[in-house]
Amino acid sequence: MTSVHIVGGGIHPFGRTDGSTGLDQGVFAIRQALDAAGLDWSQMEFGYGGSSAAGAADAVLPRLGLTGMQFINVNNGCATGGSSILSGYAAIKSGEFDIGIVVGFDKHPRGAFNADPEASGLPRWYGQTGMMLTTQFFGNKINRYMALNGISQQTLGLVAEKAFRNAEHTPHSWRKTPVSLDTIMQSQMVSDPLTKYMFCSPAEGGVALILASDRKMRELGLSGPKVRAAAIRTRPAGSFEVFAPALEIERGKSATQLASAAAWEMAGLGPQDVDVAQLQDTECGAEIMHMAENGFCKDGEQEAMIANGDTRIGGRLPVNTDGGCLACGEPIGASGLRQIYENLEQLRGRADGRQVDDARIAYSQVYGAPGISGCVVLER
Amino acid sequence: MTVQVADNLFTGEGETTRLLAGRRRSDGKLLFPYPSGPEAENYELVELAPEGTLWSWTVQRFRPKSPYDGRGGEHDFLPYAVGYIELPGELIVESRIVVDRFESLKIGLPMRITTEAYTENAAGEPVLTYAFTPKGSAQ
Repeated sequence: MTSVHIVGGGIHPFGRTDGSTGLDQGVFAIRQALDAAGLDWSQMEFGYGGSSAAGAADAVLPRLGLTGMQFINVNNGCATGGSSILSGYAAIKSGEFDIGIVVGFDKHPRGAFNADPEASGLPRWYGQTGMMLTTQFFGNKINRYMALNGISQQTLGLVAEKAFRNAEHTPHSWRKTPVSLDTIMQSQMVSDPLTKYMFCSPAEGGVALILASDRKMRELGLSGPKVRAAAIRTRPAGSFEVFAPALEIERGKSATQLASAAAWEMAGLGPQDVDVAQLQDTECGAEIMHMAENGFCKDGEQEAMIANGDTRIGGRLPVNTDGGCLACGEPIGASGLRQIYENLEQLRGRADGRQVDDARIAYSQVYGAPGISGCVVLER
Repeated sequence: MTVQVADNLFTGEGETTRLLAGRRRSDGKLLFPYPSGPEAENYELVELAPEGTLWSWTVQRFRPKSPYDGRGGEHDFLPYAVGYIELPGELIVESRIVVDRFESLKIGLPMRITTEAYTENAAGEPVLTYAFTPKGSAQ
């Protein structure tokens, strides 16, 4: 049976790059991925790509060469990057293609994402009266989770502090200066209990990954981690998602719980096998809740785990080793692919200054509006 | 003269306010807000309970971008609380919360419905939306 490998990766640093469009950053990432693998654009048999706010990914074609290849634009909310890699994985797994590229890039305006009620099928009053904000959703979700599971506000602060500390050693991160726990806790409150430093910001960046079948990889003399699983799931009934004027009283599972369960089954592995994990951290609470939703702990255990430093580099389960969304920002089209790029660096032993010793199994989970989660398991 | 921010959202004012929801004719499932357009045909207009408990809450500390049309500019914006109220046996509804001290909000707190004049329209008339407030408060 064909196995799928990641044989090359490229990244345009995340953050703000004036004078460079989202498309420029996507093209940069593709060229870097090709160079790193010693491959030529003409060898790519397919491409999947997406951006949320920086135009159609297909626009990379005239810049790199009109080879006639199959190229499909992907647009799947915050899981756009996760959807691109899943599509590329399936294209090779099916036997249809042997080698191809997935790309994601974006460039968002500063500040919180603008919400349009009509575009989400919601009435205008919902936005007019000031209830249609992603930041409020995160505040509401973590506030309840903390009350029910004994998570303290200091634990939120420790997640942010770790993110900025890890990012200091990450060439592709945006915010490279460590921030003290005190500063994080005392910074401006955005949506209680979350302060300014506990939220990620919309940003810019581009990532490209080259996927190949095991056969093609050997033929080209390349190497790279094996994709053991790639799964995407959407919100089931009873999950709590952004922009919900009402919820059913009977609560259900989350998209992440479904996607991670599918990924573990596909991989034939479990959370205990993972050496390094990149978990969606739109804000600090998300990282904490996603530790449980992906099966790495039970609800409430995060309080002690984080206090013990379990999720720091050198801990039992290092999480968001490149600083995550908190320190890299969230260019929607590229964000899920950044997680996989970081795992690629970790598995190849190239994560200088933030390397997890002898990492063999790496996990990533991207999540976002309107309730989509995508999980990928890589094996060195 | 006060005006409501939208039709088919609520009736009454203050303590007599009632939220309007849809009850699906096929299976009795509740939907808030009441749907508009062709979808409305499948729903009967019903009132929701005026009291419940606080399910979760947060505070909006910065002025939202458009289409928010509430009071205050970038510099004189006043933070407001937003949360979810569980109406027993019905739904958990999202609402603005009228409260004097944000610190007094706690999950499980008994809440009741009210209205809030959250802005004025172009004619200078107060625009009402629904809100919840801790039970026993003077709002």
